[in-house]
Amino acid sequence: MLRSFFAESRKLRRPTLALSTLLTVAAFSVLFTSIVFLRIKTGEPNTKMGERITATELSQYFGLVYGFKLVAFFLGITALCIFASQTAQEYTFGTLRNLLVRQPARIKILVGKFLAMSLFAAIMVAFTAVMTIVTSFALAGKGGVETAQWLSGDGVKLLGETYGNVLLSTICFGALGMILGLLFRSPITAISIGVLWSLILEAILGAAIRSTLQWLPAQNMGNIAEGGSTTLSYSHSILLSLAYLGVGLAVVGFLFKRRDVAN
Amino acid sequence: MSQLAISVSHLTKKYGDRRALSDANFEVPLGTICGFVGPNGSGKTTTIRMLLGLIAPTDGTARVLGENILHPEKYLPRVGAMIEGPAFYPALSGAENLRVLASLGGFPQDRVQPLLERVGLGDRGGSKYKTYSLGMKQRLGIAAALLPNPELLILDEPTNGLDPSGIHEVRELMRDLASQGTTVFVSSHLLGELEMIAEYLVMLREGEVIYTGTTAHLLESAQPILVVKPEYEIDLPRVIAIAQSNGHKSTVIDGCAHIISKEDWAAQLNRLAFEAGITLSSLTAIRPSLEETFFTLTEKTGE
Repeated sequence: MLRSFFAESRKLRRPTLALSTLLTVAAFSVLFTSIVFLRIKTGEPNTKMGERITATELSQYFGLVYGFKLVAFFLGITALCIFASQTAQEYTFGTLRNLLVRQPARIKILVGKFLAMSLFAAIMVAFTAVMTIVTSFALAGKGGVETAQWLSGDGVKLLGETYGNVLLSTICFGALGMILGLLFRSPITAISIGVLWSLILEAILGAAIRSTLQWLPAQNMGNIAEGGSTTLSYSHSILLSLAYLGVGLAVVGFLFKRRDVAN
Repeated sequence: MSQLAISVSHLTKKYGDRRALSDANFEVPLGTICGFVGPNGSGKTTTIRMLLGLIAPTDGTARVLGENILHPEKYLPRVGAMIEGPAFYPALSGAENLRVLASLGGFPQDRVQPLLERVGLGDRGGSKYKTYSLGMKQRLGIAAALLPNPELLILDEPTNGLDPSGIHEVRELMRDLASQGTTVFVSSHLLGELEMIAEYLVMLREGEVIYTGTTAHLLESAQPILVVKPEYEIDLPRVIAIAQSNGHKSTVIDGCAHIISKEDWAAQLNRLAFEAGITLSSLTAIRPSLEETFFTLTEKTGE
């Protein structure tokens, strides 16, 4: 399993993937956080769903991680794409047969891959945290936001909790991508279905029948990053997400172990 | 320890109603080069995939290096393989692709550069795989197969895309490995190449083993041919008639009579032709090549 982890890590650290991912999340981190702080004085909506957050609110200890939380869903979608692509490409490149000749224990390959991609996700989330915090400090003055409480004990504690929640949410989205990758064995199909479902179909379904929101996987995985909400509890989202992913991983794990590798 | 590198017993693979491999039985002795031949779709790659644990047999069993193929983890660390051409990550360099496989197999990373040099990619290891020519990709595939210092090397069409000098190098590489005790199980369409290096042959046709044994025995058992050219082409039908009247099958190919017969009948034929007033300008006994034997064995009845 460790050998599979190190092998996958070698693939993940290729510059075209690692740098482009970090540059993309950096761009979104700066963009999302800038909108929050630069629009405070304009009176325009400056946060998600067309809502507003004021300088007074952002001056509290949670202002430090506000931008970070905003980017969380985007990080989840990014992880979904990376996990799906890294998994399904073994079929499209035909490299799975090489992997299985060198490591016939198929589940070890999957677990090693998953752990390596989770480490990649942890680095991506940490980098996003740094980018959003740096941007928040840089733009706080322009929005009239006080930063004194941001680095208080509560602020730092919340930063740690938020990092954990965003990471867990991101890895859940990644696991969903991995499931789709193993199921469809094509990066394009897996990513298309994953993104379409998470970004569009769940939004339509949730808007049409509000009672479904508490059962939709992407909504719940996104809610983990928020640390829960007034309508959806944190523990419910974690349990439901883990249940969905547990069943999904068990099914694709079984298929992966049993399926002939004939491509 | 078993003296067999591969032992296949009643191995069968069905896809729905179609039998990709049917009740195959053959053995490959340790330390030999064994050619694995058959027309496209005859079940070669299916067999190789089963030997490598990539697909499960429908029936029968096989042992590789003495271990059952249902437990590939017991023998694959000692096996190198290239199946159906090379497959690597296009965005990684050749060397990095090998390092990924070395990490996965638990092999030392310092094996990578010498292997690249051995297959003639020493100065191109840092280039991305997607920039490689077909021949270079093939060489990288062979290098990957050599990563474990294998006791058994399984190569599926290793010379695809190689130029004549590349084919020669691969042939020498296989000879070199076999001389060091590595068993080489190689499928190829280049039968002339196999004839030169393979001591053993396994021949498939439509999922069935039609020959397994030494290459020498196969060639010796093939019917020899007398190629006869009369001085005047007009005499060809008479030469054919003489052969057939003496119980020898014969046919005309490229202005010569090809008569299936043992070499020692050549003198008798020469005498009979002379008595019939036919002068022969050439009379040569030839043994069919592996390619000719292959076509004879693999041609369908009625075609």
